Parts: sequence; C-alpha cells; structure tokens
Amino acid sequence: MGDILAFADQQDGEIRGVALEIVSVAASRAAKLGGSAHALILGGDGTGKDASGLGAYGAEMVWVARDESLTHYIPEVYAPVVAEVARSGNYDAILFPATARGKDLAPRVAALLDTSLASDITRLDVEDGTLVAVRPVYGGKAFARIKFQGFPTVMSLRLNAFGVAESPASGKVQIMTPPVKGAGRSRVIEFQASRGGTMDVSEASIVVSGGRGMRGAEHWTLLEALRDALGSDAALGASRAVVDAGWRPHGEQVGQTGKTVAPKLYFAIGISGAIQHLAGMRTAQTIVAVNKDADAPIFGVADYGIIGDAFEVLPRLTEEISDYCSNG
Amino acid sequence: MDIIVCVKRVPDTETRVRITESGNSIESDGVKYIMSPYDEFALEAALRTKEESGKGEVRVLTLGDESSKETLRGALAVGADAAILLQGTVTVDGLATAKVLAAELEKHDPPLVLFGVRSGDVDQQQVGPMVATLLGRPCASNVSDFNLDNDTIVCRREVEGGVEVVELDLPAVVTITKGEFEPRYASLKGIMAAKKKPLEVKDAELVESKLTIDRLEYPPERAQGRIVGEGADAVPELVRALREEANAL
Ligand SMILES: Cc1cc2nc3c(=O)[nH]c(=O)nc-3n(C[C@H](O)[C@H](O)[C@H](O)COP(=O)(O)OP(=O)(O)OC[C@H]3O[C@@H](n4cnc5c(N)ncnc54)[C@H](O)[C@@H]3O)c2cc1C
Ligand SMILES: Nc1ncnc2c1ncn2[C@@H]1O[C@H](COP(=O)(O)O)[C@@H](O)[C@H]1O
Repeated sequence: MGDILAFADQQDGEIRGVALEIVSVAASRAAKLGGSAHALILGGDGTGKDASGLGAYGAEMVWVARDESLTHYIPEVYAPVVAEVARSGNYDAILFPATARGKDLAPRVAALLDTSLASDITRLDVEDGTLVAVRPVYGGKAFARIKFQGFPTVMSLRLNAFGVAESPASGKVQIMTPPVKGAGRSRVIEFQASRGGTMDVSEASIVVSGGRGMRGAEHWTLLEALRDALGSDAALGASRAVVDAGWRPHGEQVGQTGKTVAPKLYFAIGISGAIQHLAGMRTAQTIVAVNKDADAPIFGVADYGIIGDAFEVLPRLTEEISDYCSNG
Repeated sequence: MDIIVCVKRVPDTETRVRITESGNSIESDGVKYIMSPYDEFALEAALRTKEESGKGEVRVLTLGDESSKETLRGALAVGADAAILLQGTVTVDGLATAKVLAAELEKHDPPLVLFGVRSGDVDQQQVGPMVATLLGRPCASNVSDFNLDNDTIVCRREVEGGVEVVELDLPAVVTITKGEFEPRYASLKGIMAAKKKPLEVKDAELVESKLTIDRLEYPPERAQGRIVGEGADAVPELVRALREEANAL
C-alpha cells in the first residue's frame, strides 16, 4: 500500500507538460504514505521515448502501454488499459489531470474499478495515513473536504493548483503490450483546431481574459498582443457575455458554465466580476483587473486593480511587459 | 427516437451558500432550487431532436428527494413527455448515483441517454461517463452539438485546443455542454399540459456512498487587494508589483 499511480498524458508520442504536475503530486503524497509513485503513459508506436524523464519528478516506475490502437485517444479503448494497470499494483490512488481528456477518462476508470472519484481537486493532504482531498462545490462558493472509503481512489487534479516539483527517483521504464479488446463502438472522425491557438485556457499558467468592456471581436488584437508578450504559457479567456455575443468561442469561456482555471496570473479586462465568472477563476494565484468602473465587483477579488479604460491601459501594459520579458 | 435525459435539482447559481452548523451540508431554507443549467441544455437538445424527427418520446429521470417533483414538472412544462423520480438521498459520490440511474435506464434501454456535462452543485463531471461504462455503452462527453442517424450519433466534443468530431454507435450516452442548445421557457399552455403528463415516483434502490463530505469550508479569503492607480499611468507600478511582490512574471 501507499503507492500512487499518475496518468501521464502524451500527445503525438511526447509527454505533455500537464503530466509533470500530476507526477510531482503523486511522488510527494506517496512519500508521506510510505509508498512510491508510478506513472502510466498510453500511446501508439514509439510512445514513451521520454518516459524515464518522469523519474526527475519522482516516478519510481513508468509504465508505457504501447499499441497502435492507443495512438488516438478513444475512451472505450483507453479506460480498460488504465484499469488493468491500476489493478496490477497496490495503489492507494490513481491521479489524472483535470483536463478535458482527464475528466473524460477518470470516471470510466473509476467505474471499471468500482471505486469513487473526486474530480477537480485543489488540495490533497495525507492525514493519519490516508488521503483527504479538497475540492470546490457550489460554483466555488464552498470547498468540501472529501474522505474516501475503499481503494484505490481516483482523483482528477486542477491544473496549476499544485505546482511542479523535482524529486529524483529511478524512473525505471516498464514497456507493456496491453491486451486491447476489439474495435470500439466510437470513432474519431476529425479534429478541428481552434483559432485561439493551442494552449488551452485551463492549462495555461497565465490567462488574459476579456469581457464585454472590450466592445467587440475586432478589439481582441489588443488582448492577443498582451498574451503574446507574456510568452508561450499564456492563453486567452473570456466572459460569458463575450461568448454569447459570438466574439469568442465557448472553449475560451471562464466561469460556472465554462472552464475553471487556477493560473499563476489572471488578467480580467473589462469584466465586471459576476459571481458565475468568479466561480471559474477565484483560485488563481494573482488576479489583475482593469475596469473603468471603480465599483465593479471584480476589484473585490483582484490583488491589483487599475481603474481605467482598457483601450488606453492595454497598449501600455503590453509594451511594459514585453520590455520586461525581453530584457529579463 | 426515444431519449431519456438525466436531470438534477440544484441550488440556483446566484444562491448565497450558508454552511450548516454540522458543517457538512448547506442550509436549504430560503434557497431557490433550479434544474442544473447543463441539464437544461441536455433537455433542450432532446426536445429539438424529437421535434426535428417528429417521433419518439423524451423522458426525464432524476434521483432526488420529494421536492425534485417540481423540477420534473418544469421539464414536462417545456415539453418532456414523461418523468421518473427515484426518491432517495443524493450524495457527492457520483458512482453511487450512477449505479442507481444505470439500473433504472437498463429497464427502459433507450437508444440515447443525455446528461449535463456537470452538475451545478457538486460539479463532479462524472455521472454520465460512469453510467455509460456501467451500461457498456459508448459515450461522448462535453458535446456542444450532435447529429443523429438511425444507428449512429455524430458529436462535436469540446476538447483542449479545439473540437473533436466523434461518431458513436447507438445505443449511446452523451453529456452536453453549453453550445447550440439555448433552453426554452415554459408557456402557460405547457405548464397546464404538464399537469396531465405522467410523473412516476418510486423509491430508489440506493447503494452505499464511498465518498463523503467530511466538512465544508468557505473559500479562503483572498488577501485584500489594492488599486494601483488610474489609467495607463498606473501600468509601470502594476508591472513592478507583479514582478517584485507577486513574483508572477
Ligand atoms: C446560470 C448562469 C451561468 C453563467 N455562467 C457564466 C460563466 O461561466 N462565465 C461568465 O463569465 N459569466 C457567466 N454568467 C453570466 C454572468 O452573470 C455575467 O452576466 C457575465 O459574466 C458578464 O460578463 P462581462 O463581465 O463581460 O460583462 P458586463 O457585466 O457587462 O461587464 C462589462 C464590464 O466592462 C467594464 N467596461 C466597459 N467598458 C470598459 C472599458 N472601455 N475599459 C474597461 N472596462 C470597461 C464595465 O465597467 C463592466 O464592469 C452566467 C450566468 C448565469 C445566470
Ligand atoms: N441525482 C441525479 N439525478 C439525475 N441525474 C443526475 C443526478 N446527479 C447527476 N446527474 C446527471 O449527471 C450530470 C453530471 O453530474 P456530476 O457528475 O455531478 O457533475 C448532471 O448534469 C445530470 O445530468
């Protein structure tokens, strides 16, 4: 007992950045439980060349399940493989990232293992030798401390809420050929990349969100410029008002009926700060608000606020930040 | 095509949450309850599917207490044909809920079952895919739009960095996100008609919850922020603070 298994997501054969946080959490909690962390990578031929690299983040062992049928994510094919590996060890917990894929896969694995799942957790403690998770409920208006009965438990972790930590472990790679059960009853037909760029708002460590105060889709160039100045870990977000107006795709919406984000830095530009928007971003580490209304509720949660016109503030902000980022 | 939509009664998203003295639930007096917002999208998707094809029944299914009848009547008022209430206590354990729902769904075996992608209260984002797994059906989650055929459903799923188009064989399970399905309001005529529609109530065969809320806490207060200034002139101070105080750049 005491071991924890971390699902390490890959894309096109390469381990994704989000995996490092999951493996780091698995390693530190397993250490407290007196066990060790294992990671699991699923993918097509050639997957896992970089698998031993997870040792640097605390993975004692890295399972690589490699098969042509795992090249693309098909939940009905992936879930039984993860469940099989989970059963093969003595795991206290199986951890997933709370990405679209993680949130799709975790409940299926939990159901196959006949065990419960705590989704989108923001904290994971070890108390009296057992795991206790904390996760938001009621749109972030309360946090629930969750206790588990029965092992292994399954959890998905809110990205950026825990952080990445290095802790060297052996990272021994174990290649396995999973028993893959016949063709699934679902097929991926097509993938349409969104125009917003590849970094998803829920994964980004910096988010630049615009609201109705931006007055129209054509003004998003100002927000894009700020995002670009902030570097490749930054992504765009939006309020629902903006999505409803058709200025931005729903995939960028932050809030109760959109994505929940916990970045290091969140910019709310021309966003009033309605309770449903706050539900999606109040666990960000640092919040910056720019709003021309000094009474806007967003200033109630912001760490730093500028009262002013976004159209005047943004160009200056972009300029100062690119100066800083390019000069170090 | 017959469709069953699983819906849940939850506190209105505007509700102020007050934690009870025992510390593991919220006060329900004075709280307005609604159908979970994503379940409204799922119901709307089902109603439109029925209208477009001109055939089939839309039924709504819930696990909840007696008061959930009001939510089910609301669903009948906007156009669902029948409703089933499995009366019992709902917990934060989605697998316990999924088992109860799956057992009921098995009896009806509809070609399509719709869920909200996430519930407005515990927001576990799990019951739909769990039910699908228990029933051995294919499932697409986080779907913003779909097209039904005789034996397949083609879904647009919202995933990181874009939209994935997937095709599932029927019978299938789909969880709905906000997309094209802006919900309708009930008309007076609909509300009257709902009174005559079937609303079946039976005791839920509950299973043990293995996940429990030990304690609820209010969100940690954010440290008092500050206004760094007005207009573009405040930018240098903001950038300095982000760099030196917040260590965020
Ligand atoms: C069930 C439900 C679910 C919801 N889910 C979500 C959700 O997921 N996400 C979400 O965001 N909302 C959600 N909402 C909507 C939410 O209640 C608000 O309506 C929405 O967040 C408002 O968006 P906004 O702040 O962009 O617009 P507004 O509230 O109109 O605010 C615009 C702000 O811009 C400021 N402004 C105007 N011009 C300028 C300028 N030139 N420079 C600077 N500032 C300016 C104004 O002072 C104002 O504060 C939901 C609502 C309901 C009922
Ligand atoms: N008690 C319930 N009764 C009926 N459907 C439910 C219930 N709980 C959850 N669901 C369905 O499962 C979806 C996801 O819920 P959750 O996993 O709690 O986020 C909801 O949008 C509903 O469609």
